[in-house]
Amino acid sequence: MSPETTTASRSFITPFNIVASMIVLLGLYLTLRRFTGGLGAVTNLSDNNAWGIWIGFDLLTGVALAAGGYVTAAAVYIFGMKKYHSALRPAVLTGFLGYALVVLALHYDVGRPWRLPYPFVVQQGTSSVLFEVGACVALYLTVLFLEFSPAALEWLGLKRARNLAVKFTLALVVFGIILSTLHQSSLGALFLIAPSKLHPLWYSSFIPVYFFVSSIIAGFSMVIFEATLSYRFFSSKMDEAHLKEKDDIALGFGKAASYVIAGYIAIQIMGIGADNDWHWLGTGYGLWYLVELLGFFGVSCLLYAVGAREKNVKLIRWTAAWTVLGVIVNRFNVSLIAFNWLLPSSDRYFPSWMEIGISVFLITLGLIAFRFIVSRMPILHELPEYKDSH
Amino acid sequence: MSISRRRFLGWLTTAGLSGSAFGKVAHAATTKHFEGYPESLGVLYDNTRCIGCRTCEAACNKVNDLPPPGRPFDDLSVLDNRRRTDAGKYMVINKYDRLAKVKDPLFARTGCNHCLEPACASSCFVRAYTKTESGAVTYDSSVCVGCRYCMIACPFNIPTFEYNKVLSPRVMKCTMCYDTRLVKGQLPGCVEACPTESFSFGKRKDLLKMARERIGRFPDRYVDHVYGESEMGGTSWLYLSGVPFRQIEMREDLGVTPAPALTSSALASVPMVVGTWPLLLMGIYAVSKRKEKIAKEEQEQAVAQVLAQAKAETDKKISEAWQKAAKDKDKAVEAAVKKALEAAAETQTEENY
Repeated sequence: MSPETTTASRSFITPFNIVASMIVLLGLYLTLRRFTGGLGAVTNLSDNNAWGIWIGFDLLTGVALAAGGYVTAAAVYIFGMKKYHSALRPAVLTGFLGYALVVLALHYDVGRPWRLPYPFVVQQGTSSVLFEVGACVALYLTVLFLEFSPAALEWLGLKRARNLAVKFTLALVVFGIILSTLHQSSLGALFLIAPSKLHPLWYSSFIPVYFFVSSIIAGFSMVIFEATLSYRFFSSKMDEAHLKEKDDIALGFGKAASYVIAGYIAIQIMGIGADNDWHWLGTGYGLWYLVELLGFFGVSCLLYAVGAREKNVKLIRWTAAWTVLGVIVNRFNVSLIAFNWLLPSSDRYFPSWMEIGISVFLITLGLIAFRFIVSRMPILHELPEYKDSH
Repeated sequence: MSISRRRFLGWLTTAGLSGSAFGKVAHAATTKHFEGYPESLGVLYDNTRCIGCRTCEAACNKVNDLPPPGRPFDDLSVLDNRRRTDAGKYMVINKYDRLAKVKDPLFARTGCNHCLEPACASSCFVRAYTKTESGAVTYDSSVCVGCRYCMIACPFNIPTFEYNKVLSPRVMKCTMCYDTRLVKGQLPGCVEACPTESFSFGKRKDLLKMARERIGRFPDRYVDHVYGESEMGGTSWLYLSGVPFRQIEMREDLGVTPAPALTSSALASVPMVVGTWPLLLMGIYAVSKRKEKIAKEEQEQAVAQVLAQAKAETDKKISEAWQKAAKDKDKAVEAAVKKALEAAAETQTEENY
């Protein structure tokens, strides 16, 4: 009996691997269809509904949920909250993978993906909000790559390159926060140009601010949510510091998120007042708006506060998942559900199974990459030779 | 490393150009008001003259080399269904019957209105759209990425996309026949083909005058509004109608703000964020660093103090011990001396006996 072969075969045929490889196979098939039959072959997009879930979910939600990177970096390096240091690398990794997937998803969504660099190298449409989004996302993906690189370099044993990369940390963090402020808000600003299409409860001149503030909420919540999952599946990779600090992180970030959500709800109400949209609250869309604002964000605000006050880490973790869901609902509302609300129902958009399939495929790729990296690189633990060298 | 003077000047120019490109659209905070290129052209569509014969649609299809229609253009039963522009149609005529107070059906043309400040052009991140000085809004497929933000932005829902093309999908929309006919001095296809002169082509300002005259001369025939005069900041296509525009599904709630003004203030905040955020963030960083430093200093001070105190106490104890030891020693010496003296005295007395 050779123990090596048995462990190898045992480690490969796991439920995760089976499901993941099935999704990847399906994804590759759908990819083939997308790039041989055009957008029409796989999507339910139409002339009335030019953007579907690849924008509403993969881009808008993907970017919001990848905000953990800049939020944690700001907390640790700018605000000097060193005790959350162990949250940094997983958050930066999730951010990097998230943005990489956003860019990959855009290759599926745009008509001619090989022209994606055109706005920068051929002709600059600087009057477009999308230009700003594109420029910031491209730059920020680079920043995240550099912020992540020390972990990879430590893994590869390239000590000198790693020490060089670490020297740029503060500059990268500041640059990353600026870029995130700009593009998180600009994703909301994309819709400023269409007041006649977006429902008045969601349309507001403050929408860039809403998107920015809710990205901070999403960032805090994703860090907590993802730490919960990591603990569940990768606790063997965690060192003492991670295990010791994880509850502190949940309590601290949960408390911070509670405050930010309270502010978010306040500015939402101010927006309703500023545009005098109160009467819309009595309609069906108004009810749905209240579900989003109070049922998701309001409940999250309260439960985070209770969890932080009573040091109930379990409650905070569930609240984090609920909040993430709330941010998803918000991005879906702005881009799909409350967008084109005046069109007759026969002209409205619902994604095809293939669009959903591609989105699931991309998330799966992200999970596989996350697992690959976390199992190998010093993300959830520190290498002894680099301890205290941050 | 050295930067050549030429390259440096090149950078300066680029910076200047991008700055002026911002300036071009950032009108929101000024009193500037763009009323269209002077002498620019347009089309006036009068639906009280239109008979719904679809000749314009046929002409549009032909002059723009669009794909052949599913049903022939003389099949008027097509009009029974509501239609919009699509990748094969730059313009459509829709029929509206059963309108209040009107016996005969009325028609409406749907197609690009060639805004004075177009949403599509403002939203395009590769500047594929151009508002030409002729008034026509043209599209350049050779740079288009296919992101379809123009379709999101257009308040009239006009641009369409070739979803079924794999390698070269284009946005499709009316260009007022700019390349194919206008530059050659010819009329747009639809205008030339119309048998009832429902379309009038000319300078926009003359068309506005003409529209006002028609309303003035036949006040019972027209609604007192020229659609496109101010909608979304004004459009090069203008419309007259016998019924309120909302009844022929033309939106009356679009407002008069041109599309670029809707995003200009958000874009204008970009340099402000870039300028102020580093100060703010480094300020917070400095404060937290300083707090850390002070905390460290205070800690050191406290430790030093405790140490000093401990030392003082120890010193005191030692000196006390010394003193005590000295005293004890003195005492012992004294006692020894005394004892010795006593012993000596005793011996003496003994000897004396």
